[in-house]
Amino acid sequence: MKQATRDIRILPGFNWVTLAFFLYLYLPLIILVVFSFNASRSATVWEGFSVDWYFKAFANDDIRRAAANSLIIATVSMVASTCIATMAALALARNRRIRRKPVFSGLIMLPLMMPEIVTAVATLTFFAAIGLSLGLGNIIIAHTVFCIPFAYLPIRARLQGMDESLETAAQDLYAGRWDTLRLITLPLLAPGILSGAMLAFIISIDDFIITLMVAEAGSTTLPIYIYSLVRLGITPEINAVSTVLLIISILFVGLSYRIGKKR
Amino acid sequence: MTAVLDRLKAYAGVAPATLVIGVFMIAPLMIIFAYSFLEPNPYGGVRPAFSTGAYTKLFYERDLFDEMVFNATYLKITFRSLWIAAASVAACLLIGFPVAYYIAMQPPERRNLLILLITIPFWTNLLIRTYCWILVLRDTGLINNALISAGLIDRPFTMLYTEGAIVLGLIYTYIPFMVLPIYASLERLDLRLIEASRDLYATKWGTLRQIVLPLAAPGIIAGSILVFIPGLGAFIAPELLGGGKNLMLGSLVQLQFSSARNWPFGSALAVVIMAVVMLTLMLYARNARRNGGGLQH
Repeated sequence: MKQATRDIRILPGFNWVTLAFFLYLYLPLIILVVFSFNASRSATVWEGFSVDWYFKAFANDDIRRAAANSLIIATVSMVASTCIATMAALALARNRRIRRKPVFSGLIMLPLMMPEIVTAVATLTFFAAIGLSLGLGNIIIAHTVFCIPFAYLPIRARLQGMDESLETAAQDLYAGRWDTLRLITLPLLAPGILSGAMLAFIISIDDFIITLMVAEAGSTTLPIYIYSLVRLGITPEINAVSTVLLIISILFVGLSYRIGKKR
Repeated sequence: MTAVLDRLKAYAGVAPATLVIGVFMIAPLMIIFAYSFLEPNPYGGVRPAFSTGAYTKLFYERDLFDEMVFNATYLKITFRSLWIAAASVAACLLIGFPVAYYIAMQPPERRNLLILLITIPFWTNLLIRTYCWILVLRDTGLINNALISAGLIDRPFTMLYTEGAIVLGLIYTYIPFMVLPIYASLERLDLRLIEASRDLYATKWGTLRQIVLPLAAPGIIAGSILVFIPGLGAFIAPELLGGGKNLMLGSLVQLQFSSARNWPFGSALAVVIMAVVMLTLMLYARNARRNGGGLQH
């Protein structure tokens, strides 16, 4: 006990603040999940266990359509933004002939720096000005732009930690530039790329504000549909759909973290 | 000729990113800047006539006699947004600093686990995280139900649809942005400095104030900016937890592009938000250059 109070690293009360903080962070999410299994129509008075709301949600055609839209948008945006981010990260980390690198990396970070509402209305205005109306395509373009920095960061981090001598060795052994890329760099970079791709996927599937502004009639995504339900009233059905989305996100972050840490 | 071609080929890798962000991000931002100086079209969009009306609308309105009179409505909303964003920053700092300090002083494995636990909610859906608080705060929500059944109050205590609820939602959403940079600056802290300070008879709190806080300053500043910027343009928290009656800039902008159909005014508001963000970032960059730090976690 004496030892503990003498430990210079410990400040009294900070452990309780931290404990309270984690409760604050997770309790609301736990409440959401618990009440998605509520038997009654009320979202906040517990009346027994049931999975009815999940069946109701899955049977709802609107929810299925919105979920399908969300999946299509997130998959395409993930692939596009990850390809773009990988190319940019490789060029900025390995190509010595590029000048003014901070300008390019600043440009890539720009979508992250703008408040989302500004990006949202700017994109909407731009699409209206050039008369672009591609249905889901509009949302996919907007999401791709917004996902680029999220895909870029883990790839860039992985590249910075990678030993360049392996690539030099391959080139010494007469591998061409493309062979080096294909056989050495990309396999070593794969965890970073995968981790970036997963983050891009969650960012897209969870996005609300940009989608709300850019979406045309008929291209509703899951978050937009949930929002319209919340405005009508609180039901356990919302909790059920939200829980599913929550689990998808947590699964993907966990995976992204595991893969990103692999040596 | 080949030299020029070679030089261009070097940029092939960054070309797609530059093109996509240039066309779909920079160009749109320039268009709203231009639109903020045009006249609104009552059916949505703009009329191609120069006007500074969108900016004067921030301060003035036309009265019945077609004279410009001062109108504080939009200024009030702007100040409310600034106030709410600043309050969230202060609260995040108050909670976030002890948490970051506590985590930084843990053994490395435990640290990584706790940091992961902080980042997980950040990656989950913003809308859903805010919705959770409706369940907790509303009149028939968990807190009121608990207080009533415990006999502490007999009528529900209104928590939802207040400015406090918005701040609570913003803290909940953005506190990882405060904890992570502070943690990053404390993680590298040389413990011998604390030891030396204690050996020289400084108290725990004296050491915290005079040694730890100054060393954590870059993290605190970075965290404050990262919480302030999204808080200023917040949309979901004011809509869901403020009930749309405690209007903030984000909702006001959205309104101009939907039901109010005043695109130039919406664009002007977006430009104002952008200007505040740029100013904050520029001040930060200047400060960081002077102190040799950077916005890195």
